[in-house]
Amino acid sequence: MKKQKQQLVTESSFSRFDLLCEEIVFAILDFLEENPLDKKSFSLVCRSFHAVESRHRKLLKPLHSEHLTKVLHRYPSVSNLDLSLCPRVTDVSLSVISVGCKEMLRSINLSRSRFFSHVGLSDLASNCRNLVEIDLSNATELKDLGAAAIAEAKNLERLWLVRCKSITDIGIGCIAVGCRKLRLLSLKWCLGVGDLGVGLIAIKCKDIRSLDLSHLPITDKCLSQILELQHLEDLSLEGCFGIDDDSFAALKLGCKSLETLDMSSCQNVSHVGLSSLTTAAGCLRQLILSYGSCVDLALADSLQKLYMLQSIKLDGCEVTCSGLKAIGNWCVSLRELSLSKCVGVTDEGLSFLVTKHKELRKLDVTCCRKISHVSLAHITNSCTSLISLKMESCSSISAEAFVFIGQRCHFLEELDLTDNEIDDEGLKSISRCTKLSSLKLGICLNISGEGLIHIGVCLSKLKEIDLYRSAGITDSSIWAIARGCPGLEMINIAYCKFISDHSLMSLSTCSKLKIIESRGCPLITSLGLAAIAKGCRQIVKLDIKKCHNIDDAGMIPLAHFSQNLKQINLSYTSVTEVGLLSLASISCLQSMTVLHVKGLTPGGVAAALLTCSGLSKVKLHASFKSVLPQLLFQHLEARGCNFQWRDKTFQAELDPMCWKLQLGDED
Amino acid sequence: MSDFQDEQIHGSHESNNMQDFDTKAMLNNLSFLEQKIHQLQEMVHLIVRQRGQADAILVQQQQLITADLTSVIVQLISTAGSLLPSLKTTLSSENPIGQFVANHHSAKVSDNNNNNNVVSHKIEDHSDHEMMKSDEDADEGENLPPGSYEILQLEKEEILAPHTHFCTICGKGFKRDANLRMHMRGHGDEYKTPAALAKPNRESISDHPILVKRYSCPYIGCKRNKDHKKFQPLKTILCVKNHYKRTHCDKNYTCSRCNTKKFSVIADLKTHEKHCGRDKWLCSCGTTFSRKDKLFGHIALFQGHTPAIPVEESKGFSGPPDRGQCSGVDQPEVNFKFDTPSTSACRNVIMDDDPTSYFSPLDYEFPRSTFEDSESSFSFMLSESCDYLPKNGIYNGLNDME
Repeated sequence: MKKQKQQLVTESSFSRFDLLCEEIVFAILDFLEENPLDKKSFSLVCRSFHAVESRHRKLLKPLHSEHLTKVLHRYPSVSNLDLSLCPRVTDVSLSVISVGCKEMLRSINLSRSRFFSHVGLSDLASNCRNLVEIDLSNATELKDLGAAAIAEAKNLERLWLVRCKSITDIGIGCIAVGCRKLRLLSLKWCLGVGDLGVGLIAIKCKDIRSLDLSHLPITDKCLSQILELQHLEDLSLEGCFGIDDDSFAALKLGCKSLETLDMSSCQNVSHVGLSSLTTAAGCLRQLILSYGSCVDLALADSLQKLYMLQSIKLDGCEVTCSGLKAIGNWCVSLRELSLSKCVGVTDEGLSFLVTKHKELRKLDVTCCRKISHVSLAHITNSCTSLISLKMESCSSISAEAFVFIGQRCHFLEELDLTDNEIDDEGLKSISRCTKLSSLKLGICLNISGEGLIHIGVCLSKLKEIDLYRSAGITDSSIWAIARGCPGLEMINIAYCKFISDHSLMSLSTCSKLKIIESRGCPLITSLGLAAIAKGCRQIVKLDIKKCHNIDDAGMIPLAHFSQNLKQINLSYTSVTEVGLLSLASISCLQSMTVLHVKGLTPGGVAAALLTCSGLSKVKLHASFKSVLPQLLFQHLEARGCNFQWRDKTFQAELDPMCWKLQLGDED
Repeated sequence: MSDFQDEQIHGSHESNNMQDFDTKAMLNNLSFLEQKIHQLQEMVHLIVRQRGQADAILVQQQQLITADLTSVIVQLISTAGSLLPSLKTTLSSENPIGQFVANHHSAKVSDNNNNNNVVSHKIEDHSDHEMMKSDEDADEGENLPPGSYEILQLEKEEILAPHTHFCTICGKGFKRDANLRMHMRGHGDEYKTPAALAKPNRESISDHPILVKRYSCPYIGCKRNKDHKKFQPLKTILCVKNHYKRTHCDKNYTCSRCNTKKFSVIADLKTHEKHCGRDKWLCSCGTTFSRKDKLFGHIALFQGHTPAIPVEESKGFSGPPDRGQCSGVDQPEVNFKFDTPSTSACRNVIMDDDPTSYFSPLDYEFPRSTFEDSESSFSFMLSESCDYLPKNGIYNGLNDME
């Protein structure tokens, strides 16, 4: 009797999964990366799955630092810890991590965390000896002591210190001496760091591959030392006003390894400095000269010797026709060109350029308002292998010309046609670009539902579609898109006033949707939202501002199903405190904008804020500030929540056509 | 014509640079010295050969030799003097050939008496500064043969006396002779003549060469004392004073900034105070630097040296902004170093209070408990609650792990 029972137990507990070795299960689990919930449901199957999943997980991105002890106990092989979602990371949390992870930890991201100090960092550096990567960006309070604590992490290879404004040369000096293996260092916006600190980095850390010195008050003193680094591949000098032509004049032995150089907004560097640079750094592949000096013949000629160049960005520069033609005459064949917001781009110059650079993969001509159908014809004619074409607000291009895109550029994956004259014929043609994954059609007032139906039917790989203020869109076109594009992740239907619940119901079949922006759609009600909540469990960001018909009935299903929701905008809706309170139970929720919601009482807001422990950013009407007790805000701020107070008066919605006319007047 | 002018200009230029470095004059001087030394050599040889002669002749010859030797020494010093950089800078344009001929210009000097005073003051200051650094090293290399200079030894009281120049009429003391001379003018017209106002000791040089003066420290057993085996004389009275005060006196002057450094010479204190606290650039090896670039140069040079963070920062380290919430509580500064306990403590203070008590008009039950419960008060509004996973402790925080 007993034996029989035992046999039964063994038979029932035996599973075929036990035959698989752990490596194979791990390999299977590697394929579950796409949806975070998949792994969770896997681990909920049985104890052994739970254990396997626990051992498998390498990367952890917790929402709260409070549970770290438990979490790290469950996941012993975590090597990669991303704390950027935790609103509050204290020294206690860091010491828990350093004790829990020990030598396993290789990478930690503290870029959006606050409230820790050099004490915690020191714990981390001394206990986690194998730490290779630290992101400390935005630690604006961190001083040199913190930098000195990091310097103890001797094996560090990648370090981000973006916006660490209180760190000075002394702190950087400590890091330079301590972390000799550094390969990547970002000092962007570290305004306290100057020539001496950067110079010491160049002397001590010979392995540096990537260096970001954007907006630092550095001069040529340290630049010569930096360019002597043997392995430097990627250098950013964006907005370094202390660097001028003379800095490059002294450059004799160039940096042969340099591949990417960003010199945006270096106002004091002209073609003279650039020509000395080109002789020194002949292997450059990517050059960014955005918002710099005028792109004329002299500048284009000075870059002629860069035989390896593949990509150049000239955003926001003044451009002459002869300059563009000279670029066209370069012997290299560019893969990427950005002329976004360039003044002076004409049909003549651009047409000549694109006929010469036939290999272009990415082209950005955003806001080149002078170019007409001639340019577009040349672009599509010669650059048939284009993958990305951005042409927002090319308002001189006539509607008929957009047909060329669909006829000739079949490899397009990204297309931005925001604020253009494109019509349904154009859309029909574009529906032949079957590889498109991102399509932006915001403020295209000539398109209607019919054109979009073509898009929906043909473009099955679409992940992002932006229909912002494209007023002619109807429910049927959204239905077509929802049916035709099951992989859709982002949709913007803001201010499309004909959109109703039917659209949202059809969209609820797109289970991968992460971002929905349906601002200012007056027909949408809670019913549609409930459908979205049930269907799209991965929703991360939701904007339902000015959807007046959405009320608490929409919030409650959202609260129950959308456990990944991080950001929501509820302004001008009919939600009351009941809805707000139910939303507050979403533990992921980090950012909330609640302006001009009539049904809210101060008590309700306070209760919701207290309940929602993960909040890091809340936008509220200024009237709440005086009504609620100060102590409450102090408590919430100590928890890591930032408040933004707005005092705007209630705004009535404008007619979309009238809105565009207003914009036109401003130009 | 133009050539001639050029030459003239060139010539005048050269004469202007006389005191800087006149190679011709230098060569002349050196060849003169050479001859002189040869003569002396022959004379000494003669004396050696003529041993056993009358004593009187020998004494005469010896006197001759010493006289010649002194003149050689004086010549040497004046030649070398034109090369000394310190002299070059302090020479005023009015007496280009230097101190040795200063008396020739006494009239001019007395005209600009005030000016001269200033100049002499400067010289003194300068030499003072030089000595600060090297008064005991510089003259070590001098290697004057014993007996080639006159040794003077001031007594302890003389050295420590605040004033060394006293008015013979009223007894008032002065630190500087020049000031005494200025003072003397008040005692009668006879002290107002240029001769009385001029520096008195300079006259003797050109008339008859005097032996070089060197000084001995009165402290028995000191290396600077003449009875010491390896005696090394001090160059000037000022050297004696500074040496004696620095080595054999108490250090009575304390730096008011750091309250640690002590000095016996007030000038040393003043120099220190100029820099005290400025050497804020500190290396891990303990070396301090007055300039940041010097520190970084040092660190670039040596392996393993790190910039040290100034003490003030680590002391007055103000932690993350969340401290603001306990603004009412005055924490002792020591606590600030231990970040963790204080933070958690003040967190607890807030958390222990019942949050609901902050706002009285609240009609709800405290909401957290409501929502942790799967049978929430809103569940009735859901059409299908079967899909809803109740949240339990462990998974609570892991919802969006990626």
